[in-house]
Amino acid sequence: MVHAAYLMALLPLAGFVVLVAAGRRLGDPLAGWVGTVAVAGSFVVACIALAGLLSEPASARHFSENYFSWITVGGLQVKVGILLDPLSMTMCMFVTGVSALIHLYSIGYMKGDPEFSKFFIYLNLFVFSMVLLVLANNLLVMFVGWEGVGVCSYWLVSFWHERDSAASAGKKAFIYNRVGDVGFLIALFLIFSKVGSLDLTTIFAHRGALGSAGATAVALLLLLAATGKSAQIPLFNWLADAMEGPTPVSALIHAATMVTAGVYLLCRVNSILALSPDAMWVIAIIGGATAFVAATIATSQQDIKKVLAFSTVSQIGYMVLAVGTGAYIAAIFLMVAHAFYKGLLFLGAGSVIHGLHDEQDLKRMGGLARLLPWTYGTFLVGWLAIAGIPPFSGFWAKSDVLANVYQKSPALWALGLVTAILTAYYMTRLFVLAFRGDERWAAAVDGHRPSDPHESPWVMRLPLVVLAVLAFAGGILDLPWVHRDGFASWLSPVFAHTLYLAHEGVGLQVSLAVIDAVVAVIGLSIAFALWRRSVDRPTLEPAFLQRVWYWDDFYDAVIGRPGQAMARFAATVVDGRIIDGAVNGAAAAVRKGASGVRRLQTGYVRNYALGIALGLAAVIAFVISRVWWS
Amino acid sequence: MSRHLSLATTHVHHAATSNVIHVPSIRYLGILPVLVMLGGAVVLLGMSSLVKRQLRLRVATATTLIISLSAFGLAWWQWADVQSRGPYTTIDHSVVVDGLAVLITVLVTVAMALSALVAEGYLAREGIDGAELHVLAMVSAAGAILMAEANDLVIVFLGLEILSIALYVLTAFNHKRTESGEAALKYFVLGGFSSAVFVYGIALTYGATGTTNLTQIASFLSHNVLVHDGVLLAGMSLLLVGFAFKIAAVPFHMWTPDVYQGAPSPVTGFMAAVAKAGGFAAFLRVFVSSFGVLASDWRPIIYALAIVTLVVGAGLAVVQRDIKRMLAYSSINHAGFVLLGLQAATARGVSAALYYLFAYMFMVIGSFAVVTVMGRMGDGDHDISSYRGLAKRQPLLALAFAVLLLAQAGVPFTTGFLTKFQVVIASVDGHSVPLAVVAMVSAAVAAFFYLRVTVLMYATSDEPAVGAPDAAPTVTPALVGASHGGGTTWSGTDAAGETRTRLNAALLMEDDASAELTPEVGQTEEPTRIPVPLGAAVAIGICVAVTVVFGIIPAPLVDFAHRATLLFLP
Repeated sequence: MVHAAYLMALLPLAGFVVLVAAGRRLGDPLAGWVGTVAVAGSFVVACIALAGLLSEPASARHFSENYFSWITVGGLQVKVGILLDPLSMTMCMFVTGVSALIHLYSIGYMKGDPEFSKFFIYLNLFVFSMVLLVLANNLLVMFVGWEGVGVCSYWLVSFWHERDSAASAGKKAFIYNRVGDVGFLIALFLIFSKVGSLDLTTIFAHRGALGSAGATAVALLLLLAATGKSAQIPLFNWLADAMEGPTPVSALIHAATMVTAGVYLLCRVNSILALSPDAMWVIAIIGGATAFVAATIATSQQDIKKVLAFSTVSQIGYMVLAVGTGAYIAAIFLMVAHAFYKGLLFLGAGSVIHGLHDEQDLKRMGGLARLLPWTYGTFLVGWLAIAGIPPFSGFWAKSDVLANVYQKSPALWALGLVTAILTAYYMTRLFVLAFRGDERWAAAVDGHRPSDPHESPWVMRLPLVVLAVLAFAGGILDLPWVHRDGFASWLSPVFAHTLYLAHEGVGLQVSLAVIDAVVAVIGLSIAFALWRRSVDRPTLEPAFLQRVWYWDDFYDAVIGRPGQAMARFAATVVDGRIIDGAVNGAAAAVRKGASGVRRLQTGYVRNYALGIALGLAAVIAFVISRVWWS
Repeated sequence: MSRHLSLATTHVHHAATSNVIHVPSIRYLGILPVLVMLGGAVVLLGMSSLVKRQLRLRVATATTLIISLSAFGLAWWQWADVQSRGPYTTIDHSVVVDGLAVLITVLVTVAMALSALVAEGYLAREGIDGAELHVLAMVSAAGAILMAEANDLVIVFLGLEILSIALYVLTAFNHKRTESGEAALKYFVLGGFSSAVFVYGIALTYGATGTTNLTQIASFLSHNVLVHDGVLLAGMSLLLVGFAFKIAAVPFHMWTPDVYQGAPSPVTGFMAAVAKAGGFAAFLRVFVSSFGVLASDWRPIIYALAIVTLVVGAGLAVVQRDIKRMLAYSSINHAGFVLLGLQAATARGVSAALYYLFAYMFMVIGSFAVVTVMGRMGDGDHDISSYRGLAKRQPLLALAFAVLLLAQAGVPFTTGFLTKFQVVIASVDGHSVPLAVVAMVSAAVAAFFYLRVTVLMYATSDEPAVGAPDAAPTVTPALVGASHGGGTTWSGTDAAGETRTRLNAALLMEDDASAELTPEVGQTEEPTRIPVPLGAAVAIGICVAVTVVFGIIPAPLVDFAHRATLLFLP
């Protein structure tokens, strides 16, 4: 059963090929169904593979197979193959599962779009790339998937590219990711030069060859890659702009799957990270800082999707913090739970936007609870889950992370706790502004009251309900008291030697959990008190936070403008005069030279024969000179 | 003559049997592909003369396909055989079956099948009843295989002549075109000249070593220290010139543009792939393996030859207006690259050269298949400007041609990239860094004329400039100016006075130059869709698929060349 795992990648690829060939003919909605079935099939394969893996004893759950040799150049041997172990299996389960639900949702959301089939082409290609990234048993193949999801993200963010903002948001996302990719590439070169292989198993077996400085360098370079893909400091601000893409894209790529790839990468190379405690500290600090900064920004955004975007950045910050602590299992647990509730929240937001005819401003929503009952009910679950209210999944996952962090550094734990208050606060603000209070969307435009928002069709409601159930109950994966037999024992073979296990007494654990629950309730109550009646509170939405700590302005001043000036210089002086001059000069020289040489090409056989004779004479003269001088 | 020499050869080792006629034992599998090709040619010739009315073209092509594909199958059988049992010689050590021989056999049989597919549509279009074209091509292919299998200089010569004489006739095959006849005559005269040189080289080598058998030459040279023996070196030089003529290395290349242009387009593709493969196979075997001891003497010669070949091939291709002449110079440039592999004189070099020949076969046959189709009735429409705007009219054809041209330019994710990469690596490995640098610079120059055609295909006919829509304006004058430089009149006089004035005019008035190109297509007649015959479409499809698929997944082909080399130079 495990041997069919490669089908997980091949099915979306097949869907992609079919849609490229016949997508336009299939049209709306058939093309969407083809894409959905392909990904759902992939999920079914994942379930079968999971059953296969579970039937093995824990120590034998490591399945690696090469299918064909891709590149053989000198010492570089790249084989295309997959590595299926509990870590990649877990990723595959929620990637394919959530993807299938979001594909289904998109059939409703994208209905009537002129580029309907193209949307599913990109979406299927994305799922293929993502599965390739997760399953690769080789860093270069993983990089192919890594770039594949990046380029799909670019296409999908700028899907409505006739809008300037969408086009430039796509560019921004891509460029930020490229910066991270440089880290990935250099890490690849470094690993290959030290270890001589890119195969994961081989690298881990010979990781000692990296040396301590090498391991730190590799870990930090991969962290750079992760900050790009997973939107962490210093490369986090592309994610908010990426919200220009259609909402299902935000849910799938920019919440549930792609942005967690960085965290996955770090988990995958855990045995290298373990060689460098310094790098671990850097990772932990980056994660904690990102979680806090993004949470503050989320408190003051007006666009419903931007709040969710910064919330995603903040939540991934928690995951990176957990990785830095060595609490990989907690990171993965939070990743899975986050995929459920954040996917749900985005889809719910999409349903709201859909119902309000593309209105995204929270200040012009309100009172939607009555009109969108399904959306409201499911969103409620997502809100409580992310806010960390027990017994929703978010509570268990976040407590797990924070309990581990407490052992490593109480300071980072305190930062995480403040972030938790902020999280409950901004999510409650969003919830109240959107669903409670006055019906601000009904404000007359040109003297007409807009028509009532409408609830979404069933293809959109079904994913909401499924995700709501998962967001509620996802915690059972790893409840603290079954820790040893559940998720942790399933994943621990992957992290066997490097796993950081918090050794806390039951009393401490319980008190930490209680603290988590209490701060969640505090944040929630503050937001309720502040935002229930009033919409405008400028003091709580300072420009500093609205403008993302002036982060974009900083990059613009430090990198953007000098970069543009440099580009202008390069274009006019370097390219215009030096390079074009050289190229045109060389071209003219080649033409001149050639027109001289071609004079020899007279068309007369006798001249050609003379050429042969002269050539022969030259060769003979050479060998004679050899004989002569010897 | 052959028997006389082989008796003399065996004399060295079999003194006891020298006065009885020695009947060599033959392992037939070794020569079966050659026999199938030659026998098939005879059968097809018989069929076409025995059938009362004209033999249907389809039948002839189908027969050719069956014959060449069965030879292809036999070649794979040989491959399996050689893999399991190792290389062997047969017919009294005059023929050798090893990795090199089998790889070239595979190459030639595939090239034969692809060319037959292309020729089918050509013959139908031109209204030539032409089973003979297939017959001659198969004979020629048999010659190329024999060259690769030869383990005796005399057999090399035999293969060379079988290959060449059939090619002379093929060049003149379209009797309706006078230029074909002219090209064939030039080819024949110069070919005769170079053959004479080659035979003289054999004679001198025999004089110096007492044998023509390649294995015995090698063992003679390694057992006897001949410090700069004049006769031996002269013989080696003459052989080198003979090979250099066949593979079209500068300055022995001058027949190439005229013949490539004059020959029927499908024949040109076949010639570029098969004659080069056969020539290089024997070149590699004789020099790397037999004259390996003399490497310090011949490597500098090849070094110089490679440099002028690379430079002249790339440089002169830039100024061509006729696509076939351009591809002819491009093939000269490619030969320069393969010479890099030979110059390295290492297993890595040989492997790179073999890979190059194999991958290039698909690129060049595919390219000439497109040229055949684009030549239209009369096979005369080969001005580069007739490719303008092709992408609009026939996007698939344009895409295929673009891929093949880009592959020749060495763009990554095509086999073309790896071909260049490997020979350059081999060259650097052999401490010939300057040569590798020259090769890479020539590739940059070569990219220019491949891209020019590609850009032209994707430019719309009403656009003022030749450049693609988003090409920087500063690039355009260079493109236009260069596409003007060409302009050859018939019979290959590149240097016609009129042409030169036009070139100068184009250089001086670059802005205005584009005006000259447009009327040829845009105004006089609206270009119509050119029908693509099924056979040509299949051949082009296969060539493009191989070029792209093995560009993305290079390992199998690279491995093939590598293992072939291991079974040639253990």
